[in-house]
Amino acid sequence: MFTEVKKNSQIFQDSDKTYYPEDEVQVSNIVKELYDKNSPIELVGTNTKNFIGNKTQCAERLSLSKISGIVEYLPEELYIKVKGNTPLEIVEKELEKNNQELAFEIVDFGFIKDGKSNKGTVAGYLSCNFAGSRRFKVGSVRDHILGFRGVNGKGDIIKSGGTVVKNVTGYDLSKLIAGAFGTLVALTEVTLKVLPKQKSCSTIVVYTEEKKLVNKLFEKISSSSSDVSGAVFIPEEPKNERYQYNKERVFKFNDLISNKSFLGIRVEGDKVSINEKIKALNQELELDKLTTTILDVHQSIPFWKKVNSLEIFNQTNNNLLRIVVPPSSSIKLIQNIENKFKYYIDWCGSLFWVEIPSTKNDKIKEIKKITQEIGGYLTIIKKSEEFDFEETIFTVNETRLLISEKIKKGFDPKRIFNPGKMYRGV
Amino acid sequence: MSELVLPKIDEATISKKEYIFKNLSKIINPENVLTHKDEIKPYETDALAAYTQTPLAVVMPENTSEVSNILKFCHKENVKVVPRGAGTGLSGGALPLNDAVLLSLGKFNKILEIDFENKCVVTQPGVTNLGITDAVKHKGFYYAPDPSSQLACSIGGNVAENSGGVHSLKYGTTTNNILGVEIVMMDGTICRVGGKTLDQEGYDLMGLICGSEGLLGVITEATVKILKNPQVVKAALIGFPTIEEGGNAASEIISSGIVPAGMEIMDKALIEATDNFSKAGYPRDAELLLIVELDGTVSEVDELLNQVSNICKKNNCSSLKLSKNEKERLSFWAGRKAAFPACGAMAPDYYCMDGSIPRGKLAEALLEIKNLSKKYNLPVANCFHAGDGNLHPLIMFDGSNKEELKRTEEFGAEILKTCVRLGGVITGEHGVGVEKRELMCEMFNDKDIQQQLDIKKSLDEKNLLNPGKVYPILRKCAEEGRVHVHRGEEKFPDLPRF
Repeated sequence: MFTEVKKNSQIFQDSDKTYYPEDEVQVSNIVKELYDKNSPIELVGTNTKNFIGNKTQCAERLSLSKISGIVEYLPEELYIKVKGNTPLEIVEKELEKNNQELAFEIVDFGFIKDGKSNKGTVAGYLSCNFAGSRRFKVGSVRDHILGFRGVNGKGDIIKSGGTVVKNVTGYDLSKLIAGAFGTLVALTEVTLKVLPKQKSCSTIVVYTEEKKLVNKLFEKISSSSSDVSGAVFIPEEPKNERYQYNKERVFKFNDLISNKSFLGIRVEGDKVSINEKIKALNQELELDKLTTTILDVHQSIPFWKKVNSLEIFNQTNNNLLRIVVPPSSSIKLIQNIENKFKYYIDWCGSLFWVEIPSTKNDKIKEIKKITQEIGGYLTIIKKSEEFDFEETIFTVNETRLLISEKIKKGFDPKRIFNPGKMYRGV
Repeated sequence: MSELVLPKIDEATISKKEYIFKNLSKIINPENVLTHKDEIKPYETDALAAYTQTPLAVVMPENTSEVSNILKFCHKENVKVVPRGAGTGLSGGALPLNDAVLLSLGKFNKILEIDFENKCVVTQPGVTNLGITDAVKHKGFYYAPDPSSQLACSIGGNVAENSGGVHSLKYGTTTNNILGVEIVMMDGTICRVGGKTLDQEGYDLMGLICGSEGLLGVITEATVKILKNPQVVKAALIGFPTIEEGGNAASEIISSGIVPAGMEIMDKALIEATDNFSKAGYPRDAELLLIVELDGTVSEVDELLNQVSNICKKNNCSSLKLSKNEKERLSFWAGRKAAFPACGAMAPDYYCMDGSIPRGKLAEALLEIKNLSKKYNLPVANCFHAGDGNLHPLIMFDGSNKEELKRTEEFGAEILKTCVRLGGVITGEHGVGVEKRELMCEMFNDKDIQQQLDIKKSLDEKNLLNPGKVYPILRKCAEEGRVHVHRGEEKFPDLPRF
């Protein structure tokens, strides 16, 4: 079918019907062929998050894994430009040399899939737009994208944005690409905003099982001027052996009583300011009335890595939900899941990770309904094998779906890229 | 100014204007439909006052349903629509068209909900930027984006333009500070995106709308994030004997890992102009002045100020003052905020440019502009949002001298092209509008622009919403791209522009 492309550009196709272009011109050539032949294709990177979303009905795959490498890194300009499929690990290592980081914090889906760390690629991560624990302070993945290059569904090489923070030249297409699950553009280059790495960090751990108190503390933390950069609640529940991994195994630290429900509050900066912030928070949150411990920097860093690696749900065979709600309404959601399912709450009360056993698939619909009633949204990150009923992976209403179809048409009129990955018809 | 090419007037619309007026008066209160030339005159321009156009009519709906019905009607009758917020935009984004209905959101002026629990404010688009902060400041909160026109500019306009301000490096622009919007598409469809949650699922329509300059939808509601005031805010005022040393210091501050809340640069011409105008007490012997503002906890701010001082000393600063109290901090800013009116007092006219460049190219850009100033024999004063590389050169000239006007235009175009050559962009925060429309091809090739036009077409297939803006009509790089102020006759002359 693609002999012409192969002949002209020597693009390798393996026995799995996967193409491996080496640059954006080759990507463009392949997509032009696909466009002419109305043939859809699944875009893949390094397959770390391909279990998220609907299965695409494509006979062939286009791997962008060879389009990798750092293009330009200017620490003093606070940006790094990389080829789309550069592994995030490489980007992080490079930034580390200059004491910089990707401030949005990466959620490591490797543990869910294979039981070990694998953060995947820049393009793959951007396509999901799932920010880690620092989200409520510094913004999401989409807030850290300055520009991109890629190939649209017609095979045209396009670019948007640039390398500077202040830029209002034309539509901000970077935002659309973030969270589009590869349905709009095959990304070949991404420019990311980077920020100085915090000098140190500590985590205050508050032990409580009182959900109303947890909610109140989240509220006070988000109203504080002490610059809290992480606030997570990890409950000691449910007492149920069906879950393979328990939190005591994951959160094992000298200064953490891991068999209790606890709230972790992270502060960052130099040592003096960390102490200043801890002191202020002690007062603001009236922590002297509660049981607390402090994780120093050596425990704090791995603690937040564990929070962001979803290790607590290691290789789960159950359903895994990602739910985002307005923080003030989180108590309503808690009331519906507490003591029933394994869950934890990140983003200072906004983000819920919930595991639903395969025997209770029907509960998903109920939780989704409550989520929508309180103004939130729910994504089914992983479906259990027994998941056999009709339920959309993403939350979408009719109007948004209609507009999504139009946006898709604007980039990919013949629905070449990942058709149906997000919604039917998109 | 150069002659402006606008979309061809649709004679069919003009010929049925009475029918259009009649129907619009059925959709909304007839008192809110302005058609008499005296009534619509105030709407013939936005803050890019050099260009004027008379709209077909001005409509002032009072709720989302009315906006939807107006758009539905115009969509059906193929009538163009130009949305307008407070009209403070500097790039002509709200410039009316003779055959278009001007849709003013002026009556959408209420804050709908203040939600301290979720740290957000739900507001109608006509509320001013500062109005949001005013509504929450009693509890120690504020809305972060602070465009210089914040006293008058509307939040809907801020969303449409993705407005920034002096604190963008640390706190982002509008797109990073909104949680939700309600938009009405050209066919009348009402769509709510986001809400009180962080992020949203699916295509980020809010991110697309933000900065789309009124071409994709009409914003009828916004939910914006509010932040708690920092514990301490302090500033440093630093003079440098050369442009290079000051530019290098600014660059080194960022590369050392400091993220200032604001960092501003002024060159010698502007130091003198503003000091004469506002008596801010700036060091007049300096070639370049740097204002660095830091916020955070007490010890954090003191430590960072110490680091900033050391960097500046290492780069041979000629003067260094740290604010001892809030009054002194505000006095550091007084001159900077008077930059535009100070230039207005120095020459009959000035053009304000708006480009962005990489921070490390600050010194190179300033020296280039200095050379261009000699080449064109026109004085220029420069201010930068140095934290984010946003450059505002102010070219002073006499508009009554046609030859001088032409030279100014050429000078301005060369500055923006220099920005692109140095790795920057043609507009950092004023928007493209009609002003820099033809310069889009300096940054984008035909495929890039076509992609953007394809999105426009998919959401507004008849190209009725704010046509003739942002994208080149001529598809050639014209000698345009600045704000022209003649004898202080700027629209909103009282607004500080920085």
